[in-house]
Amino acid sequence: MDRILNIQELTVSFDGFKALNDLNFSLDRGELRVVIGPNGAGKTTFLDVITGKVKPTRGFVQFKDRNLRNLSEDQISRMGIGRKFQTPRIYQKLTVRQNIELAVNPHKSLFGTLLGKKSPTSQRQVADLLGVVGLEPKADITAELLSHGEKQRLEIGMLVAQSPELLLVDEPVAGLTDEETEEVGQLLLNLSADHSIIVIEHDMEFVRQLSAGLGSQQNRVTVLHEGHVLCEGSMAEVQKDPQVIAVYLGSEEQH
Amino acid sequence: MLSGLITSLFGGISVGSVLLIAALGLAIVFGLMGVINMAHGELMMIGAYTTFLVQNVCKGTPLADLYIFPAIIAAFLVAGLLGFFLERTVVRHLYGRPLETLLATWGVSLILQQFVRSVSWQFIIGIGIFGSLYYAGNRLLANGKAAKFDWKKLLLTTIASIASLVICNVLGDMFKLAITQPWFGAQNVDVTAPSWLLGGLPIGDDQLPATRIFIMVLTAGCVAGVYWFLNKSMWGLRIRAVTQNREMSACLGISTDRVDALTFALGSGLAGIAGVAVSLLGSVGPNTGTNYIIDTFMVVVVGGVGKLVGSIVAALVLGTTSYLIGSDSFAPLLGWAPPLANFFTFFSNSSMAKVMVFAGIFVFLQARPAGLFPQKGRTVDN
Amino acid sequence: MFTKIIRQPIWREIIIVAGLALLLATVIPQLLYAIGQGFRVGLLGRFMALGIAALGIDLIWGYTGMLSLGHGIFFALGGYAFAMFLLLQLPAGKLPEFFSLNGVTELPWFWQPFASLPFTLLAVILIPSLVAAIVGYFVFRNRIRGVYFSILTQAALIVFYNLFNSQQKWINGTNGLKTDSAMFFGKVVSSIEVQWLFYLCSLFGLVGAYGICRWLTNGRFGRLLMAIRDDEPRVRFSGYDPTGFKVFVLAVSAALAGIAGALFTVQSGIITPNAMDISFSIEMIIWVAVGGRGTLVGAIIGALLVNFGKSILSEQFPAFWLFFQGAMFLVVVAAVPDGLVGWLRRTGQEIQQRGKSRSATFPQVDLDENLQSEKIHPSGK
Repeated sequence: MDRILNIQELTVSFDGFKALNDLNFSLDRGELRVVIGPNGAGKTTFLDVITGKVKPTRGFVQFKDRNLRNLSEDQISRMGIGRKFQTPRIYQKLTVRQNIELAVNPHKSLFGTLLGKKSPTSQRQVADLLGVVGLEPKADITAELLSHGEKQRLEIGMLVAQSPELLLVDEPVAGLTDEETEEVGQLLLNLSADHSIIVIEHDMEFVRQLSAGLGSQQNRVTVLHEGHVLCEGSMAEVQKDPQVIAVYLGSEEQH
Repeated sequence: MLSGLITSLFGGISVGSVLLIAALGLAIVFGLMGVINMAHGELMMIGAYTTFLVQNVCKGTPLADLYIFPAIIAAFLVAGLLGFFLERTVVRHLYGRPLETLLATWGVSLILQQFVRSVSWQFIIGIGIFGSLYYAGNRLLANGKAAKFDWKKLLLTTIASIASLVICNVLGDMFKLAITQPWFGAQNVDVTAPSWLLGGLPIGDDQLPATRIFIMVLTAGCVAGVYWFLNKSMWGLRIRAVTQNREMSACLGISTDRVDALTFALGSGLAGIAGVAVSLLGSVGPNTGTNYIIDTFMVVVVGGVGKLVGSIVAALVLGTTSYLIGSDSFAPLLGWAPPLANFFTFFSNSSMAKVMVFAGIFVFLQARPAGLFPQKGRTVDN
Repeated sequence: MFTKIIRQPIWREIIIVAGLALLLATVIPQLLYAIGQGFRVGLLGRFMALGIAALGIDLIWGYTGMLSLGHGIFFALGGYAFAMFLLLQLPAGKLPEFFSLNGVTELPWFWQPFASLPFTLLAVILIPSLVAAIVGYFVFRNRIRGVYFSILTQAALIVFYNLFNSQQKWINGTNGLKTDSAMFFGKVVSSIEVQWLFYLCSLFGLVGAYGICRWLTNGRFGRLLMAIRDDEPRVRFSGYDPTGFKVFVLAVSAALAGIAGALFTVQSGIITPNAMDISFSIEMIIWVAVGGRGTLVGAIIGALLVNFGKSILSEQFPAFWLFFQGAMFLVVVAAVPDGLVGWLRRTGQEIQQRGKSRSATFPQVDLDENLQSEKIHPSGK
């Protein structure tokens, strides 16, 4: 199997508190993996380490067989890892089109950005992406005026615009209506055709939607608990796992 | 040799304790609210002028020799109240916009500086008239709507200021010097230390000035007081809670509004006490505060935000280093390396010492960008 | 079609700018002389030089969100560089006067290259930008930003102030360098001809600086600056390294301040370490804030307006200038954050709105300048 991401014995500690503890994880090229876990399981720190925002205390993260330890966020991003944040982070004062243009820009160096001309291909790419995320009619209004769901989609659009090989998506449906959740789910499924994707999620309903959309083969779920992998398997297997029921699903029922 | 060492050490700690007492309030306010208060130095200046006033009031009374104690309380109260007012009227509207707060408080500092230069009875009357005219006019205009800047307000401000200017001039012509005499004027004023602080503690050939010892004791007292307040009192607990997680504290029913106001007032009050200390070191003028502001910011930056111990260590280290460099204490030790000794001699006055210390801070921040005692965790640096 | 829409206003803008520049170069000075306010021409020249510095501040603060409280350094570096050149225009073998008072008999090595005009012109631009780039690199590399950056620039300002102030021997310390009586191509610097020449230089410098800033802020680069201002960590995740961009704009901004300092120095006749006074550097911010940050016109208007206001107010009521300035900081920050230009724009649009039927969908769209320039009116849809 062609592994795109390989994480070994990853530990991150903040002042003695281990946010991640001896975590092993790997992802195959083209896979869509859902990572679930209760609050404080280390999900966001997990993404922080992959994207270079937090450096591991121990262990390593390999992307395409390259150790990411000494790379900064922007270098990792240019290698082909794109990240979507929990709350949409877009450039509020720029228009939707400009937001995507910044992400598409193939010359991310200082002088490339300053002197590089807009190529017709990248113009076309921007137009296509506006179509994919369904924001064509609103392409020229400032992003701050978009609804929450539209912002989520814009951010996913910006992510895809970077043409990454691996997409990291952090709770994409938090705070969305059912209809918007459905749309975002479909968008992710479409993207999974030619990207490797890790989705961090909290909403079990949404996880089931993704699993159903993928078919049984690719349907793998990882459960994080207290900074390490509790279990891994298909949605059905995970739901039956007694440990998982105890720490996660069980506690959900008590709500 | 030993006495020389003690004198150097004492000099350093004493410079450090002035820095610390000046930075203490700033550190608390910055740590809690992320607010840079550029008027902090001017609050110190107000504290120093309060000391001057209290000294004059106490002259000839039995308290004359002990005026410094009521002055500490008065300076704390005056500066604290001023800070409270400042928070309510200006700072609270700018939370979450630290750069704007910086600029607005700079504006406040300019106003305070000019205020002590020109304040007189005539001036006070003028402000009173302007204030009441503006308030009345605003009530007429506002009709319960939210405050918004528009041409009506501009007109109102113009009318109120012209009216108050005219009335003030008329009054000034009527009563002449009785009301136009500035209270302090632009000249510096002098605070004389009480007689029991005039001597010093002899150490070898030198002596340690008593005022310096007093400032060290005062600083230690303030640090202890602040430590007790933050760690043992109910309000301190709330302040620490808000410092760590504002949203969560609000959800738990802590009135972050009141915590902010109280903290700002406390920080300002501490600036007032620092003003008392500063008034013992030299004459007091409208610009007194400006000389301290950057040094105190450096203490906070080097110490790291949100931890008291950081400020304490940073103040002592910065104070000692700049004292040692400024007094050329290194050159004699470097007799074996003349170029190095010359290098230190080049920096051996207080302003060049500052150049070297600040350059040192830049280098230090390369290694520890978040200061000596940084906060750690996921919430930092979003 | 996209490009066409953008082209048109640029031509219009070039014509407007050229027209204004022509007015300032011909009619306005004559007019001021005619009404007996000739000395205001000199002031106008100086304030246009300050306008160049204001553009630099706008570039880093208005667009990129970095509040520098230390631009006095770059202003002074430019000013000193040019003053050194002017003081060296002496018969061979003679030294500037102050040297003899300090017992210096030979020209220090770092003074020597400033005898050449090309070197000096380069130095006016390059020395400030180099200093800015070095300071900026070490600050931004460590991701120090926001108020920390502001405080550190202020600390750097103190460093340079103390350094210049205490070097009595080499650069005349507190007294600074007086250029009034120096010679410039055979004429005394304070003569009308030389002053008029530098008036024109300031004017063209301002136009040039406007052009450069316009070019920088208009395209994708400008939008990246705004992205850095609004959410810098996010920019990293988009694959850009903000450090380089920030160092670059800071250096450009410092170069503009250096040019401004050089032009201001010749016209005011002296440069002293007081150009690195804390308050002067913060004053630069208020010019931009009053005019309207994030708009280049606003920076220029603000610089002219505040400085003329200052010269008039402090002539009439010297005591009130500080009150007024303090109040200006408060009012602008708290009540009119977009400054004069933003405020005028908004009121203009509100008045326009009253005439038209109110749009139902996005009332705020009409208030947004980015949209206005691309001619999208939801009410028309």
